[in-house]
Amino acid sequence: MAKYNSHILVCGGTGCRASQGEEIVENLTRAIEENGIENEVQVVRTGCFGFCEKGPVVKIIPDNTFYVHVSPDDASEIIAEHLVKGRKVNRLLFVDPETQQAVSESKDMGFYKKQLRIALRNCGFINPENIEEYIARDGYAALGKALTSMTPEEVIKEIMDSGLRGRGGGGFPTGLKWDLTRKVESDVKYVVCNADEGDPGAFMDRSILEGDPHSVLEAMAINGYCTGASNGLIYIRAEYPLAIQRLKIAIDQARESGLLGKDIFGTGFDFDVEMRYGAGAFVCGEETSLIHSMEGLRGEPTVKPPFPSEKGYKGKPTNVNNVETYANIPVILLKGSEWFSRIGSEKSKGTKVFALAGKVNNVGLIEVPMGTTLREVIFDIGGGIKDGKKFKAVQTGGPSGGCLTEKHLDIPIDYDNLLQCGSMMGSGGMIVMDEDDCMVSMAKFYLDFTVEESCGKCAPCRIGNKRLYEMLDKITKGNGTEEDLARLRNLSNVIKDTSLCGLGQTSPNPVLSTMENFPEEYLAHVKDGKCPAGQCRSLMEYVIDEDKCVGCTLCSRVCPVDAISGDKKMPHVIDVSVCIKCGACMEKCKFGAISVQ
Amino acid sequence: MSEVKQMVKELANQYGRSNESLLPILQGIVTKELHISEEAMIEVARELDMSAAQVYGTATFYSFLDTRPTGKYVIRVCKTITCMMHGKNQIIRELENLLKIRLGETTHDGVFTLLETNCLGQCHKGPAMLINELPFTELTPEKVRKIIIEYRNREISAN
Ligand SMILES: Cc1cc2nc3c(=O)[nH]c(=O)nc-3n(C[C@H](O)[C@H](O)[C@H](O)COP(=O)(O)O)c2cc1C
Ligand code: FES
Repeated sequence: MAKYNSHILVCGGTGCRASQGEEIVENLTRAIEENGIENEVQVVRTGCFGFCEKGPVVKIIPDNTFYVHVSPDDASEIIAEHLVKGRKVNRLLFVDPETQQAVSESKDMGFYKKQLRIALRNCGFINPENIEEYIARDGYAALGKALTSMTPEEVIKEIMDSGLRGRGGGGFPTGLKWDLTRKVESDVKYVVCNADEGDPGAFMDRSILEGDPHSVLEAMAINGYCTGASNGLIYIRAEYPLAIQRLKIAIDQARESGLLGKDIFGTGFDFDVEMRYGAGAFVCGEETSLIHSMEGLRGEPTVKPPFPSEKGYKGKPTNVNNVETYANIPVILLKGSEWFSRIGSEKSKGTKVFALAGKVNNVGLIEVPMGTTLREVIFDIGGGIKDGKKFKAVQTGGPSGGCLTEKHLDIPIDYDNLLQCGSMMGSGGMIVMDEDDCMVSMAKFYLDFTVEESCGKCAPCRIGNKRLYEMLDKITKGNGTEEDLARLRNLSNVIKDTSLCGLGQTSPNPVLSTMENFPEEYLAHVKDGKCPAGQCRSLMEYVIDEDKCVGCTLCSRVCPVDAISGDKKMPHVIDVSVCIKCGACMEKCKFGAISVQ
Repeated sequence: MSEVKQMVKELANQYGRSNESLLPILQGIVTKELHISEEAMIEVARELDMSAAQVYGTATFYSFLDTRPTGKYVIRVCKTITCMMHGKNQIIRELENLLKIRLGETTHDGVFTLLETNCLGQCHKGPAMLINELPFTELTPEKVRKIIIEYRNREISAN
């Protein structure tokens, strides 16, 4: 990127593209031409900057000015003012919510201050559709180093010493996995990248592939060199068309540059990558299911051992790693295991990408050192809870994880601490909930997901989860009893102990952790027939405020079951024994006299 | 040779005739025909020399491999947790009103099918939906209306 004086980086992740990123680029380019500065300024379409809440985002290099909520109409002003006259467009700068001051550089924003970007190092900085930009930022240097100056054993030792653990959920030591695959004798071996990201709340793998696809290809080739495999396969979900398109471009460019294919770097090492597409099944993220799916079978898991590293795709040793795990590899080889292992906590090294979603001010992707606390993530980086509401819980690890509450806010986040709190790292989705969210309903939503995504192969998961869902449904409808709570707990433990794969072994976690952390909320549902958060409709009563009701009779006319009575111009009343809680009266009332309690 | 037979043959030539080719071939059929008919399944079984039961087993396992006829555009609205929190019900209601069908149904003209699906990995931009493979995010009832009108217009000009 040397020729030009300035670069304008425009976010081109799926989210920002959907919100007019395309048009912004067009208008910027046009304005540049109109001002005759096309030899000085270049517009670069990048991957996601992470700060999706404020998107579309535009960044100007070299002065690092960061514009937020940019619309296509702002393009001409940015060019005329900033690039021609050198004056920042103040109205597009980010305003710090605390100090109310405009902040122009991303490094001074709360959202970026505590972050450390290793896996996301290139996302938002390079054009992912241009291999040269990746190479300019040390891309493929790690592969070159490994192939020309290190033995496979040395590379694996470096990864082992770094302490890197799998980012796909389990946290298995990556170096150890590579070593296991290497040690199995076989003429053919495979390297698989698991890009079937399906955890509700997770979208980091998509962003890495959209923003920096070459880092994954490079790491797969390094893995091939270490394990003795010359075939790479990327299993990606069909729901990610932009990531698929960019991966295809990246694979083509890498082949053209001789970085994939035969005799890479003239060392005699052959390696190539193919793509395989998922077809809408969450369980295919589990590694044995994924392998079966690639073999043309139903995506059902099988018992481990044998692990894929011994017997995987087509019965051959197969190394399966997650997208984010791969994205860490090139940096570790270039900067050294010692550098990497200094970051993070004692047993979890490096950084983790989290996807913040739900009721938090700054939704988006963040990357922080392991050991950062939830408080820092949610309040310092995430900017706290939306609309000034109170924090209630955060679900980590998707449907396999549990909820963490106020009392967990200061625990350093790493694999082991999360497990101890009854949750898990999972793929790094974090869904933040506030005081209006009912925990019983939350558990029910997750079970609904599991019931649908269970492959049906083993009975505890297929039948057990369905029964859990039914019990939770009963409780949220106000028909639960205290015995149901004991049954819930009991059945949850049975499912955990007896299911075949990770899906069933973890699916009761949302139930157990909400029961553990919010016992009073469950009791309120079953004993008092009340939903403290006010989310379970069946447990609420519609009431008319006498003082506000003017007796217009609109509500009684719209009520489908004639539950509302009252004379004209006199306050009306709802007969709760007849009311079916459809909410039609509340929608119709022009005086705000009807509320739910 | 029947049309289906021809299509399956071409796909097999493209993707191969091993077990691993099954999923790509089935995906190819869906791209061309929108759904996998029984006839197509039997043809695939013959072409790849495997049992029809295996083809059926695989085809019915995956939610994106429709084995029943669908509309030209399949709309899949995310119903998972964050989209739920951000009001996906409103989006579904709007779509039902616009298309005059209920969830799970196809419009009379065979253009749209409306379904729900699980998390699409766009949780920070919910509510989200897919139309065939294309994701749409941060939906509002107005935005949904515009999108549907655009697709309808495209349909009209295509005819
Ligand atoms: C139900 C289920 C779903 C999973 N989904 C994913 C996924 O979407 N992506 C992923 O990388 N790993 C997923 N995993 C974990 C994989 O089985 C496997 O452990 C992982 O891909 C290994 O890579 P890693 O060591 O780099 O984490 C899932 C596991 C289970 C049990
Ligand atoms: S919850 Fe809807 S996209 Fe993830």
